[in-house]
Amino acid sequence: MKYLLLIHTPAPELAGELAPGEPTPDQFMAYEKAVTDAGVRLDSNALDLTNATTLHVRANGDRVITDGPYAETREIVGGYYLIDVPDLDAALDWAARCPGARHGTIEVRTIWGPGQA
Amino acid sequence: MSDQRAAGSVEAVFREDRGRLLALLAARLGDLDLAEEVTSDAIETALHRWPVDGVPDKPLAWLLTTARRKAIDRIRRDRLHTQRLAELHLDSQRPTPTTTPDGFDDIPDERLQLFFTCCHPALPPDAQTALTLRFLAGLTTPEVARAFLVPTPTMAQRIVRAKRKIRSARIPFRVPATDELPARLPGVLRVIYLVYTEGHTASYGHDLQRPDLADEAIRLARILHRLLPRQREVTGLLALLLLTDARRNARTDPAGNQILLEEQNRTHWDPDLITEGQHLVIPALTGPGVGPYAVQAAIAALHDEATGIDTTDWPQIVALYDVLHQIEPSPLVALNRAVAIAMRDGPQAGLTLLDDLTDQLPGYHLLPAARADLLRRLGRTTEAAAAYRTALDLAGNTTERATIQRRLTELTDP
Repeated sequence: MKYLLLIHTPAPELAGELAPGEPTPDQFMAYEKAVTDAGVRLDSNALDLTNATTLHVRANGDRVITDGPYAETREIVGGYYLIDVPDLDAALDWAARCPGARHGTIEVRTIWGPGQA
Repeated sequence: MSDQRAAGSVEAVFREDRGRLLALLAARLGDLDLAEEVTSDAIETALHRWPVDGVPDKPLAWLLTTARRKAIDRIRRDRLHTQRLAELHLDSQRPTPTTTPDGFDDIPDERLQLFFTCCHPALPPDAQTALTLRFLAGLTTPEVARAFLVPTPTMAQRIVRAKRKIRSARIPFRVPATDELPARLPGVLRVIYLVYTEGHTASYGHDLQRPDLADEAIRLARILHRLLPRQREVTGLLALLLLTDARRNARTDPAGNQILLEEQNRTHWDPDLITEGQHLVIPALTGPGVGPYAVQAAIAALHDEATGIDTTDWPQIVALYDVLHQIEPSPLVALNRAVAIAMRDGPQAGLTLLDDLTDQLPGYHLLPAARADLLRRLGRTTEAAAAYRTALDLAGNTTERATIQRRLTELTDP
């Protein structure tokens, strides 16, 4: 079963310094190695936090393009892992080990397939 | 064999072991819907066949085999499930369960897995309760809807959504490992406790108590205790429910009016439930790291042992509330502790503590009701009447409202 671990992190401050409690690159590299060595990692990427653009198409076809995630959003998606594990508990175990889980939250999703409501 | 006797046997198996059959099939199939459908199919087949062929030696094993075949048929019709079909074929190669000398089918009891699946924290709390009542207590969807005062279609939607999530997110049918239990067991216990509290004092409606829900909660707690006999909080919860439920018949008069603890006829308390509960409290309390249900059970035991409100061991009850408040520092525990302190040290001591809680329990009718009782005992009649009126506005249960109204009337119109 494929699970997408979406790493939600607090929206970055302008200064670009490491906020207290923010995971270090070393921690993420260690996690990357663990999830790869376990043979469950299909894909992963960190996302650029500074150049998000949001698009919405209105019912009449007009495009609404805004800077960043919606203005009220205090958390943004900072990266993701796509893993293949047997069940949700296994996915949650991997999500819990991700350094991003301590600083932000991890959303665990499955990939929608045909025949699913 | 007469039709009636065969039907009676099916019903007996259904009542005794429907939960086990369902749990077993759900675990094998990973799908509550399918498990439920084939359980019903198998029982329906039994109703047709047993009167003709006779009741099989191993009714549960027969039902399981039949249900399994029905599942294979159903899955075969659905090409999307080839993987599951392969697993099930493999499963059907396993030896048929044997019959033990005492006649019980030696079929594994997988209800514990079902408890943890229904109460998985990835499901919304209201769905956890609904699934537990639906699949472990065996209530129908309209019954579950009635239990939570929502329209049947709403409850059906909630259950459908939860079942869909179990299937599509692949919430596993598994018992958490020992190191995971402390995190996962409280959720299961909370669901049973919630069902009981709604049965003990209904949040809405005309009747004070909902015996059907209280009985289901106790039944679930008994099953869980049988499955996890060494988990002390499970023992504690069962003890708490039994020791509280022992007072059920004394809590209302024949007309259904509420009788408060101090006015109850204690000879109407159930001595068998009290004895059973007391025997469970001891192992639940023994050892380090005592849990909140065990402490509450100990408090309930002290109430049950007392011959009257004046001979109740209030110092001991306060001491237990102190322990409980340390484990679980909730405003609700603080409220009960304040009331116990008022019984030990007088109404003023309790009142001071209650006044600190006003902001923490907004909308909870028992806080102004408790304040009103203490103000009344202090002779502060006007303030007491005002507090009773506040409680009256907040109470949702008609019988509880009537009790508060009676107190108010006694106060203003003696």
